Amino acid sequence: MATIMKKVDAVIVGFGWTGAIMAKELTEAGLNVVALERGPMQDTYPDGNYPQVIDELTYSVRKKLFQDISKETVTIRHSVNDVALPNRQLGAFLPGNGVGGAGLHWSGVHFRVDPIELRMRSHYEERYGKHFIPKDMTIQDFGVSYEELEPFFDYAEKVFGTSGQAWTVNGQLVGEGRGGNPYAPDRSNPFPLEAQKNTVSAQLFQKAATAVGYKPYNLPSANTSGPYTNPYGAQMGPCNFCGFCSGYVCYMYSKASPNVNILPALRQVPNFELRPNSHVLKVNLDNTKSKATGVTYIDAQGRECEQPADLVILGAFQFHNVRLMLLSGIGKPYDPISGEGVVGKNFAYQNMATIKAFFDKDTHTNNFIGAGGNGVAIDDFNADNFDHGPHGFVGGSPMWVNQAGSRPIAGTSNPPGTPAWGSAWKRATADYYTHQVSMDAHGAHQSYRGNYLDLDPVYHDAYGLPLLRMTFDWQENDIKMNRFMVEKMGKIAEAMNPKAIAVLGKKVGEHFNTASYQTTHLNGGAIMGTDPKTSALNRYLQCWDVHNVFVPGASAFPQGLGYNPTGLVAALTYWSARAIREQYLKNPGPLVQA
Amino acid sequence: MSDQDQDNPRRDFLRKSLTLIPVVTVASTGLGGSMLMAAPAPAQASPVPPPVSDKAYEPSYFSAEEWAFINAAVARLIPADAQGPGALEAGAAEYIDRQMNTPYASGALWFMQGPFNADAAPEMGWQSKLVPKVIYRLGIAATDAWSKAFNGKAFAAQDSATQDDMLRRLEAGGSEVSAHFDAVPPKMFFNLLLQNTKEGFFCDPIHGGNKGLVGWTMIGFPGARADFMDWVERNEQYPFPAVSIRGERA
Repeated sequence: MATIMKKVDAVIVGFGWTGAIMAKELTEAGLNVVALERGPMQDTYPDGNYPQVIDELTYSVRKKLFQDISKETVTIRHSVNDVALPNRQLGAFLPGNGVGGAGLHWSGVHFRVDPIELRMRSHYEERYGKHFIPKDMTIQDFGVSYEELEPFFDYAEKVFGTSGQAWTVNGQLVGEGRGGNPYAPDRSNPFPLEAQKNTVSAQLFQKAATAVGYKPYNLPSANTSGPYTNPYGAQMGPCNFCGFCSGYVCYMYSKASPNVNILPALRQVPNFELRPNSHVLKVNLDNTKSKATGVTYIDAQGRECEQPADLVILGAFQFHNVRLMLLSGIGKPYDPISGEGVVGKNFAYQNMATIKAFFDKDTHTNNFIGAGGNGVAIDDFNADNFDHGPHGFVGGSPMWVNQAGSRPIAGTSNPPGTPAWGSAWKRATADYYTHQVSMDAHGAHQSYRGNYLDLDPVYHDAYGLPLLRMTFDWQENDIKMNRFMVEKMGKIAEAMNPKAIAVLGKKVGEHFNTASYQTTHLNGGAIMGTDPKTSALNRYLQCWDVHNVFVPGASAFPQGLGYNPTGLVAALTYWSARAIREQYLKNPGPLVQA
Repeated sequence: MSDQDQDNPRRDFLRKSLTLIPVVTVASTGLGGSMLMAAPAPAQASPVPPPVSDKAYEPSYFSAEEWAFINAAVARLIPADAQGPGALEAGAAEYIDRQMNTPYASGALWFMQGPFNADAAPEMGWQSKLVPKVIYRLGIAATDAWSKAFNGKAFAAQDSATQDDMLRRLEAGGSEVSAHFDAVPPKMFFNLLLQNTKEGFFCDPIHGGNKGLVGWTMIGFPGARADFMDWVERNEQYPFPAVSIRGERA
C-alpha cells in the first residue's frame, strides 16, 4: 500500500525551469506547494565547485548531469513499419536529471519567438495559400499571440538576467549599429544586461555576414555580461567565458538556472517543499477521469507514496510530460492512421546544419574560450523573413557562431580528409584546435502526421512501466530547407576566407540519426491550441480533459521554432501561472470552454 | 629497418620528455585565479615526485598479454613524434585500465535491457549487448589470434608498420578481418579503443591519463584555467600554460 502524504494545494512534477517558475508563482499566490524531482539535489555548491567541475571526461563524455538512461530511456523508430529500438546511449539529445533539470546544464541561448511562428499555419496559408503546406504537415497555431506573451517574455528575461541588445523598445529604435536584431519584434524594455563580448569567431562571422549583405546581431544570452540581481533577489556574477558551459554546472553563478535564479527565493518561503529523489509514476484521476487527485511516486528509499493535491503541474522534460499523460490516461492518445487523438501528436525537433571553417595559425579563435549563450547570429533566413514562395519549403533558420567552449576529447575537429589517428591526426589537431570557426543553421522543424509519440509495446523502465516510443524521421521539407540553409551559410563561411571548410548537412533520403548530438530541443506531444480535437491543452496549458492538470514545457509547442525553445517555454509558463493565479484559483474549472 | 630501430627514437624521446616536464603541485583544491595566473613557478618550488612511468603501473583489469596489446596499440594510435609525446607517454594505457573499473566499462551508464538487435543500422545508435570490458577482452584476443595467424607474433610484437596496417584494417572492418572476429565486430573494437585512447591523451590527469599535460600542451588547451574574461575579443595566442584540477602545470 502506498503511504499517503499530507495533502497540498499543488504538486509539481519535475524541478527544472517550468517546475521552478510554477513553484515560485504558486507560492506567491499563497498555495502550499510540493515539487517532486526524481533526480538528486544539486546546486552550484558543491556540484559546480571549481576546479572539480572543469572535468570534460566526467561531464561531457560520461554525461554526469544528464538523464540516467540505465533506468529509463525512449525507444525510436523511423516509421510505423519499423520495430522501435531503445536509445541505449545518450546521443542525439541530452535531457537533464536532478534539481534544475536541463536548466542546470543548458547553454543559455535565450530568445523570445518570431511572432509568425506562434501562428504558423495561419501565417503560411495567408501568405502562400493553403496548398503551399504539404499534405502531411500538421503545423498549427499556438493559440496565443506575441503581444499577449510580451510581458511574460520581459519578466522571464529579468528573472534570468539576460544579456542582449534590443532593436526597438516601445517602438523607439535603439539597436541600430549596436548589435540589435532588425527582425526582432518590439519590446517593452531593453534587456536587463547589455550584450556579452564577442569572441574572435563571432567577430569573423559578423564581418563575413555583413560582407555578404546580411544583418548580424548579438545573440541574447542568459550568461551575464555583468553582475546582476534579479527580481527575486538572486545574485549572479559576470560570466568569465570559462568554456565549460553546456553540460556543466556554472561555477561562476553566471548562467541562469532554476538553482541560481529561483530556488534561493523558494528556500525562504514556508509554503514550499522540494523533494528530490522522488520519481512520479502517474497522475491519479478520480472516477470521472476529469479531475486529478494527486500523483503516485517512489521515494528515495523505494517506497510508494501518494501525494494528494488539488492542482497537478507536469513540469518534467518534454517527452516525460507526454509519457506521464499516456501512463495516467489523460487525454486521448494520438493515432497516426486516423489522425485522431491528441496526446503524442506533433512531435517535432530541430533541423540542424553545421559548417566548420579552418584557418591558418595567424587567426586565433581560441576555441577553449566560450559562453553557452554567446555569439553573433543572422535572422535573414529565419521564420518568414524571406520569400519562401520560390523555394517550396516551410520554415526558417537563424544562423550563428555560438562559441560555447570546445574541449579536447569531444571538441576537436579537423578538415575533411584528415585521418582519425596517427601522426597526421596529431599534426592536424595541433594545427587547427585553436584556429577554427564552427557555425550552425539552427533550423525550425515542422510537425508531420507520421512523427509522434506513444508507449512502447516491448521495452519498459526500471519500475516495469512501458517506455515512450518515438516514431520520427526527416521529411522532404526538412531536407529541402536544410540544403537551402547550408548553401546560404556556406556563402558566409567562404567570405571568411578559410583554408578548408567542412559541411555537415542533410542528404536526400537521410534518416534521423539517434547517435549524433543535434540538440535537446524536442517539442510537442502535448500541444496547446484552440480546439480540443487537435490539441491536448488549451491556450493556458490546461488539459482540455482534466482541468486541474497544467502541462508547461516545449511539449506544448505544436512545432519546433527556429530559435532555442527555453525563452518561449519560460514565457508560456509565466503566462499559464498568471491564468491559474488570476482565473483558475477563483473558480477552478476549464479556463476555455470546449 | 628493424622495429627496434623504428622504436628507438620514440623511447629516446619519452625518456627525455619525462625528465623535462616540470610538474608542480600548486594546491589540491580551492585554487585562486591569481595563483593560476602567476608566472610559471621556478624549478625549486614545491618539488614533487616525478610522474610515475607506465612500467610502474600494475594493471588491475588487463592480463599481461592484454596489457602489452593496450600499450602497443595506444602508442600507434597517438604516436610519439615530432609533434611531441604520444598516448603511451601520456598514460593512456593506465587510463584505460583504470576506466575498466568504472560503471562505464560494465555498461551501467547505458540502457541494457533486451531484446537486442546488434545488426541494426548505424543511425539507430548503440544496439549491442557488449560492454567496454567485454569488448576489450574479446577484441584483444581476436586481434592477437589474427596477428599470430599472420606470422606467429602477437600484435604487441609486430613492428610499427605492421601494427599501423593492422589498425587500419580494424578501422575499416573489412571481410578479411571480420573472419577472425566472431565475437565482436572489429570496427566496434577499434572505435572503442580509439575513443578511449583519445580520452586518455586529453583527460584531466585526475583520471590517470594526460600525464605532464602533454595532450593539452600539444593543442594549446589551457585545462582548468577556465577564466578568459580578458581574452575573449583578442586575436592572439593565449600565452599561459595548461593547469590541471590538482594544480599540476605544464
